[in-house]
Amino acid sequence: MNDMRIVERDVDTQKAKITARGVQVHYGTTHALKDVNVDILDNTVTAFIGPSGCGKSTFLRCLNRMNDTVASARVSGEILIDGENIYDKRVDPVQLRAKVGMVFQKPNPFPKSIYDNVAYGPKIHGMTRNKADLDEIVESALRKAALWNEAKDRLNAPGTGLSGGQQQRLCIARAIATSPEVLLMDEPCSALDPIATAQVEELIDELRASFSVVIVTHSMQQAARVSQRTAFFHLGNLVEYGETGTIFTNPTDPRTESYISGRIG
Amino acid sequence: MTDATASGLPEARSQGGASLLQQDALMKRRNAAEARFKFYGIAAISISLITLCVMLWTIFSDGVSAFRQASLELTVTIDPERLDPEGDRSLESLSKVTTIGYGNLLSGALNDYMAERNISVEGVTPKQVGDFISRDAPARLRNMVLADPDLLGQTIRFSTFASGRIDGYLKGRVTMASAERDSNITPAQLQLADRLVEAGVLTSAFNWRFLTNPDASDQRPESAGLGIAIIGSLYMMFLVAIMVLPIGVAASIYLEEFAPKNKWTDIIEVNISNLAAVPSIVYGILGLAIFINFAKLPASAPIVGALVLTLMTLPTIIIATRASLRAVPPSIRDAALGVGASKMQTVFHHVLPLAAPGILTGTILGLASALGETAPLLLIGMVAFVANYPASPLDGGFFDPATALPVQVYSWASRSDPAFIERSSGAIIVLLAFLLAMNIIAILLRRRFERRW
Repeated sequence: MNDMRIVERDVDTQKAKITARGVQVHYGTTHALKDVNVDILDNTVTAFIGPSGCGKSTFLRCLNRMNDTVASARVSGEILIDGENIYDKRVDPVQLRAKVGMVFQKPNPFPKSIYDNVAYGPKIHGMTRNKADLDEIVESALRKAALWNEAKDRLNAPGTGLSGGQQQRLCIARAIATSPEVLLMDEPCSALDPIATAQVEELIDELRASFSVVIVTHSMQQAARVSQRTAFFHLGNLVEYGETGTIFTNPTDPRTESYISGRIG
Repeated sequence: MTDATASGLPEARSQGGASLLQQDALMKRRNAAEARFKFYGIAAISISLITLCVMLWTIFSDGVSAFRQASLELTVTIDPERLDPEGDRSLESLSKVTTIGYGNLLSGALNDYMAERNISVEGVTPKQVGDFISRDAPARLRNMVLADPDLLGQTIRFSTFASGRIDGYLKGRVTMASAERDSNITPAQLQLADRLVEAGVLTSAFNWRFLTNPDASDQRPESAGLGIAIIGSLYMMFLVAIMVLPIGVAASIYLEEFAPKNKWTDIIEVNISNLAAVPSIVYGILGLAIFINFAKLPASAPIVGALVLTLMTLPTIIIATRASLRAVPPSIRDAALGVGASKMQTVFHHVLPLAAPGILTGTILGLASALGETAPLLLIGMVAFVANYPASPLDGGFFDPATALPVQVYSWASRSDPAFIERSSGAIIVLLAFLLAMNIIAILLRRRFERRW
């Protein structure tokens, strides 16, 4: 089967960055996520795929406790990042989110300047002493997000004035400016055209060097293109999790196979 | 390809060969319904516009004349013999002469002038000539002389309001026909008024004192002004603004962004909505019981009025503020929380600036409704006759008796002399000008703070 792999991958020896054990999520009376166990590796792009409403975004939002903002959501089980349970009572979700950045489905820059968008995170986390440091962080974040060349002459222009793809890259720059260790992306390309999508995908691959990236996507081609590991969710269950090549070419579960071949979804 | 699509689609509606160039019966009914609805809408708007025009026309046609005032320009010799019988120019002896003495002096001056110019109309007695002069004038002249005894013996130009009926005649409110039935004026006096206008003694001009004078008694409508009412209203608006904005915005932010959603917050929410619908006079009773009877604050004071209006306006402002907070897209909150902002930082750095235009508009509209509120102020005694200006805010002016514009409108409208009805409409014009100014400020602030997201 090895010759069927889409990309040659060498991930088996890496250590787990995030470990989820027995994660259950309820929204009111709805059981949205049922007993999810998964190990997400460091310096790897992990894709979550599955039909709409299968719980993949819910699980993603558990990883930085964004579900805390939903009043009816209840999360049980444990999620360890570097061995620490993020649902421990002593963990402040605000501090956690500095470590686990997030990019959303729809580009949502603040209605402020491009510079302020990127500088906001470092500022509130007190990462800089002076303006020069901050300038440096902003520049490096924009460079990593492949936006520097387009934005360097208009750092004071409003972020909302950029095109959709640029806005999404600005949001990525904003997320990586706080130097997170994990970057969560919730369908980051669903609002973008193919060219912008290609740019963002390229970016994701580069970001893998510094972060553990988790991406939720509806596009199986995208999952195949950017990820090294793929998890397939269906009706709140984690059906199958493994190397992307294996999942797409030789899935063990019939549901995975049906989804990938387009029979359910 | 998948099993879902094969049979699920509805079949295309069979048209039976009907032409697209012809409307079928159903289409005609649908179009007719739409046309009817449009007609109702236009009719409703037209009726409101006509009503508004009638209202404005009534107010302006009645009220604009309040800003003009007839006055008499007299040359008066301050006769020491009549005003200072003891001849020592001391304050005590000067104050022994009452306003009646000064009234006679002024009336004499006008009669002398007429004799000099040979102006006379049959049937007008010298006393009736004296009635031309406002009852306000003798007191003013007396105060001038008491303040400056050197005026004794001098001949000065003294400008005074004409009395209300003469003023009304110049504005067309009093006519020969109405004078026949009026015990306060005769047609002969009106003829004399015509002669005096010709002679240039009796003139009509824009009346700033309408905006600055305090209220006056029933006997002298010509000198009644809005000065104290305007000051009282300004004091109250200032106090209401500085109390209602922080309390209202803080309460809304807490309820909207921080408070847990449970039955307690539900109860609070329902109660805020209900409080917004409580008749304003109920707040007046509340203010009377709490602020005046219990807290022993002075009656008729702007501070009490402001507290009552604050209570009354708070629910409106909280509802408006919560609506504008809710209108901020959740993606902005997600974005801020996603980069690790705390709840407080999210609200104050991102949500509040975006909600600011809506909050400011809501607040100013709430203030505008408070500015026009009459009923609660009646109960806390702001309808009282106040003749002295309140002190400046730094000297405790908020605790001095004052009235307010809408209350002044009410109290003038209920007086018998028609000159007060004119002034009542004039006061409404001033009130409308205030409201217009506040609405313009609301629009400008909205423009200034509006940002797209």
